[in-house]
Amino acid sequence: MTYQSNRVDTHPTSTISGFEVRPGKPLPFGVTPALNGLNFSIFTSSGTSCTLVLFRLGEIKPYAEIQIPESFRVGNVYSIVVFGLDIENLEYGYRIDGPNDFASGNAFDQSKILMDPYARLISGRDTWASDPDWNNPFPYRSRVPLDDFDWGDDKQLEIPSQDLIVYELHVRGYTISNTSEVKYAGTYAGLVQKIPYFKSLGINAIELMPIFEYDEYENSRDHPETGEKLYNFWGYSTLGFFAPKAAFASTGHLGMQVDEFKQLVKSFHAAGIEVILDVVFNHTAEGNEQGPVLSFKGLDNKVYYMLTPEGYYFNFSGTGNTLNCNNPIVRNLVLDCLRYWVAEYHIDGFRFDLAAILGRDPLGYPLSNPPLLESLAFDPILSKAKLIAEAWDAGGLYQVGTFPAFGRWGEWNGKYRDCVRRFLKGDQGMVGELAQRVQGSPDLYESSGRSPATSVNFITCHDGFTLHDLVSYNDKHNEANGEYNRDGGDDNYSWNCGEEGYTCDEGILQFRLRQMQNVLTILFMSRGVPMLLMGDEFARTQSGNNNAYCLDSPVSWVDWSLLENNKHLFDFTKALISIRNNHPSLRVNSFSASGSNVLGLSSSSFHGSSPYQPDWSDSSKQLAWMFSCDLEDSSSADAVYVFANMSQFASWCDLPQLPDSATWSIAINTGDRASPFARDPGSPFNSNGLLVGEHSVVVLTT
Amino acid sequence: MSSLSFSKTSHLDWSVLSVDGQIDSKTVGQFQDALNQISVDALRLAIDLTKVTFMSSAGLRALLVIHNKASAQGTTLSFVGINDDIQDVMRVTGFLEHFTLVSTLDDLAVVT
Repeated sequence: MTYQSNRVDTHPTSTISGFEVRPGKPLPFGVTPALNGLNFSIFTSSGTSCTLVLFRLGEIKPYAEIQIPESFRVGNVYSIVVFGLDIENLEYGYRIDGPNDFASGNAFDQSKILMDPYARLISGRDTWASDPDWNNPFPYRSRVPLDDFDWGDDKQLEIPSQDLIVYELHVRGYTISNTSEVKYAGTYAGLVQKIPYFKSLGINAIELMPIFEYDEYENSRDHPETGEKLYNFWGYSTLGFFAPKAAFASTGHLGMQVDEFKQLVKSFHAAGIEVILDVVFNHTAEGNEQGPVLSFKGLDNKVYYMLTPEGYYFNFSGTGNTLNCNNPIVRNLVLDCLRYWVAEYHIDGFRFDLAAILGRDPLGYPLSNPPLLESLAFDPILSKAKLIAEAWDAGGLYQVGTFPAFGRWGEWNGKYRDCVRRFLKGDQGMVGELAQRVQGSPDLYESSGRSPATSVNFITCHDGFTLHDLVSYNDKHNEANGEYNRDGGDDNYSWNCGEEGYTCDEGILQFRLRQMQNVLTILFMSRGVPMLLMGDEFARTQSGNNNAYCLDSPVSWVDWSLLENNKHLFDFTKALISIRNNHPSLRVNSFSASGSNVLGLSSSSFHGSSPYQPDWSDSSKQLAWMFSCDLEDSSSADAVYVFANMSQFASWCDLPQLPDSATWSIAINTGDRASPFARDPGSPFNSNGLLVGEHSVVVLTT
Repeated sequence: MSSLSFSKTSHLDWSVLSVDGQIDSKTVGQFQDALNQISVDALRLAIDLTKVTFMSSAGLRALLVIHNKASAQGTTLSFVGINDDIQDVMRVTGFLEHFTLVSTLDDLAVVT
């Protein structure tokens, strides 16, 4: 007699609508396997009745509605075990009755069938851009995955933050172009086929733009002039926080996206590459008063959303509504979600879109100790996961440097991006700030006890110009988005190097290449965590579009033919990554490190044409920095010296002296067009100084 | 109600269970019943899926379960003739890496 067959609760207690049922367990929320049945559990604080609605896979009309008896309710949670269901062919939802009074914030409507906020599998958008049935009253269905993946020995990689090299990408955009030459183009499986490429480049973390289920048809429209279909391509609008996007899976039509995405994580881990998810908790796909009722609105509108006293939706996200993240119920939802992705998918870290919203109270005021951020920082399941904030929101809260970090949170450093861009194009008055940025921004993070790896340094990300476009356009060119070029940011700090956009002027093209090399060099020679945008290593262009959120077209797709054409930039980036990996002084993760006793150098120091004499003046456009540290054996040491000259004149540079035991060698010289990186790193450079060309960066290492 | 049909044969030194039909949540029980009858004493078991046109998630899981069971009891298990579409699904969802696959029954000769 087994333990299971002897249990009392393997048997139904009653029959409702022809289904054998028994009272369920209220926790965990969502659907979990019960013996011989499924346990459904759903929360509603003000709902007055709850009906479980069952569909056969793909059928418009439900085949059963089971009103959950009041006797099955515990507190505000309805739960029920239903026996004898065919999991694979089951879709479900809920109807909740209750008050519907706009001003009070209640929006119950029993005619709506609602998605389970804890649904781990969602059907309805199984194949990308396959025209939906607009008359389907319940387009998105909750389903039940088994979550029984065979992980073998896999676990989170736990790469120390300071050693990370992050690569941001969009799952579909990365391989959907036929130039990608992968079999499973545009999918999780297609991304797995690019692992050899990632290994060759040398990155060790991919950061995936949203992969939580979303609807590419949300606000889809035709371009007013070209007629091109415009989608929600990026996906910053979550339908289900627990479900991977089906249409990114080559097996989405079979409902196997859960397995396919887990196989992605397992494959990347086997290659030594972490998987970080870009997660969007600041709002949902339900929009504002005019938006659809899909789940939260009908389950408990005033719990899940920040509402004005009149019942309208606050819009700190810029997209219609704002998730009420510091309500205890919502806080638990977020926590449960992230725990699930870590425990069940082995995810290595999260980047939180518009994370400043997560620190607002239910009326939108910033909290000094936001309970949600604290809970995430100290959670036992999340304790090895990277937590990275986009530390601002669309409501004007900008918290780079002041985001409530609880010793755990990293930040996308927008100030790094802006400072380095401005220095690159030759703005005056940037040198002082640049010195802070390349050290990991101690001005932002040191006083609160944080470390350089708090700072995720980047020049470009999905939001804004690509690297190629940063040096090719002064202005955005977003006409393809169908909003008459009004959308997208105007503070790009970009410079076209002499002509706007396309040019065949060889001098300008060479200069743009050098500028790309310059800024990549600064990025990888800075302390903190470098992040690269997909394709920047081979000069991907969006033709000046700095906000390609709605384009599912060659504009937003990675064109892999550029890899062949711009192989030299790929090789250059690869060399930078290799330098970073070989030189631990670039990865020192403390603002108070002692430097190198062996070499007699401090951890970081700044220089100009002469050692230790940086030109801090407003007109200065050059800065040299030197990092050093002793190695673990304490008898050898490392030093890296970077001279960045963004003026239009060449500049002599006297090198800081090293003790006899060490010599400099040139690793990078972007002014040397023929060989901007050393092909035989380590060959000694025996002069006391060198001429650094105009708009050039030189790196020397020990 | 869809159903599977089975035939039991032997080929070389292999016991062979041939399956015809679609393996999904509705038929997977029949598949498991058939396996339970055969797998107990066979040292070399081949499951011929040449005539299986479709396998759902439930079908793939049944393969992995029988694979794990076979490993545990020391049975050598091979799958024969899985079509390319099903193999694609198995590859991208991770099932394939567990299994020994051959194209035809005669190819069993090279399985050690």
